[in-house]
Amino acid sequence: MSEKEIKNLEEIFDQKIARDEKIEPKDWMPEKYRQTHIRQMSQHAHSEIVGMLPEGNWISRAPSLRRKVALLAKVQDEAGHGLYLYSATETLGVSREELYEQLHSGKAKYSSIFNYPTVTWADIGAIGWLVDGAAIINQVPLCNTSFGPYARAMVRVCKEESFHQRQGYEIMLTLSKGTKAQKEMAQDALNRWWWPSLMMFGPTDDKSTHTAQSMKWKLKRKTNDELRQQFIDQTVPQAEILGLSIPDKDLKWNEERKSYDFGEINWDEFWQVVKGHGPCNRERLQTRVNAWENGAWVRDAAMAYAEKNAERKIKKAV
Amino acid sequence: MKDNLIQYILGIADNSLILGQRLGELTGHGPAPEIDIAITNISLDLFGQVRSYFQYAAQLSDKDITEDDIAFLRTEREYVNVLLVEQPNTDFGYVITRQFLFDQFHYLLLSALQQSTDATMAAIAKKSIKEVSYHKRFSADWMKRLGDGTKESNQRVQQAVNDLWGYTNELFMLTDADKQAIAEGIGVDVTLFKKEYYENVAAILEEATLEVPTQAFFQKGGKEGVHTEHMGYLLADMQYMQRTYPGMKW
Repeated sequence: MSEKEIKNLEEIFDQKIARDEKIEPKDWMPEKYRQTHIRQMSQHAHSEIVGMLPEGNWISRAPSLRRKVALLAKVQDEAGHGLYLYSATETLGVSREELYEQLHSGKAKYSSIFNYPTVTWADIGAIGWLVDGAAIINQVPLCNTSFGPYARAMVRVCKEESFHQRQGYEIMLTLSKGTKAQKEMAQDALNRWWWPSLMMFGPTDDKSTHTAQSMKWKLKRKTNDELRQQFIDQTVPQAEILGLSIPDKDLKWNEERKSYDFGEINWDEFWQVVKGHGPCNRERLQTRVNAWENGAWVRDAAMAYAEKNAERKIKKAV
Repeated sequence: MKDNLIQYILGIADNSLILGQRLGELTGHGPAPEIDIAITNISLDLFGQVRSYFQYAAQLSDKDITEDDIAFLRTEREYVNVLLVEQPNTDFGYVITRQFLFDQFHYLLLSALQQSTDATMAAIAKKSIKEVSYHKRFSADWMKRLGDGTKESNQRVQQAVNDLWGYTNELFMLTDADKQAIAEGIGVDVTLFKKEYYENVAAILEEATLEVPTQAFFQKGGKEGVHTEHMGYLLADMQYMQRTYPGMKW
């Protein structure tokens, strides 16, 4: 293809995005667009799959049958999200095996929030309320992103996430109306999950490397700092209803900005976890690798059986 | 009569409770996300059934109890599930074989229970059998894939069949509560379909190119509350919150 032809295709592509039309897998797209989407979508898929582990940790110990069923269903939803997102990523010409390989080798990232441990039942409430709450704020704009399969997957994902968030908040509400031990459990969970939740929006705008390009492709519509502020403004009143205090002594309503001012995020901790040295990074990855490796003989058996069956069908037909 | 019905309900529901608990341990650790979703789904179905049974049992009870008291606050000797369902998730071969051996029984049980003279039991059976017919298909399909897949999968699943076979006979033993419930037309006489069960199981094993074990020694005890050593750990895990924080609402 000549340079002129490529330039022409690029123009058509840019115009489509400007008109808010969807880019579909078979459309021409710049290689960088393809690569960025593979990276972001697979990272999102990996986050869903790894994200099953901290909550899965409480399925066997859920305190009531109702909570156990709800938690099982939630973690199952996450597996489903992982599947849609892997499938959507595959439309960009990468196989699921390659994507797993990238996760297992540590090349691909997943959301750092899942590298924190779930140590009490209240953590299940806090994750639903805060982590899913932050994820929704990050993800709702993606329902209108330019790449069609991603946008459509996100519509469904966001619906389910908002259900999870309400469910998590309801766990916190029950705890906050409960005994002293339950209230303390809820406050302790908020103390541990608050700051990592704020970190879910990524580095501050001046440190974020992908923002400009992602804005252009509608992979992002608001900056990290804007989204973080939105989360804080939305969550503080919810904490007040629960009678819990946000663990930030600098948190204060700013009448002029009509927003909350908040304290400094510990960016050293953020980078430490991103770089693989959080409390559970090694364990989460090892668990995924084990599940995959221990399952190899099962997947091999399914393939072998399918092949034998196909042969049997051919023989029968002959 | 009411006490007997409660005991009869536990004899059915505890199997779903303990198997559901075992399957729940696997969520997030399956060989592929599709399998993870399916196994979690079966666990969800079983817990859904448990809730229907236990809510009914709580309603029948003279004591002021809930489904959760029944699920979480009994001693090990008071759980009356069969030994088969409490066996650990040794590997996927054991998980599927345990499921297969139970599903084949569960389906026949619920088919008959739909005719119970107790309207609630009949209704629960009617709702549950739709779910269990799916479980039965899932586990039988996987028995075939593993049995007739690779040499390794064949050996692994055969090992699981051999090891778990000794727990099948207990499915057909009648407790006093069973006998009384049968006499009242509420309960199902499971001995009537024992032959059919073993024929169905053998047919699928054969299709899966697996050998039907010929051993004649069987284990029992679960139905009388005498469990394998695995059970205590399963309960310690399951009851943790209720035991640590007694009397609280969640």
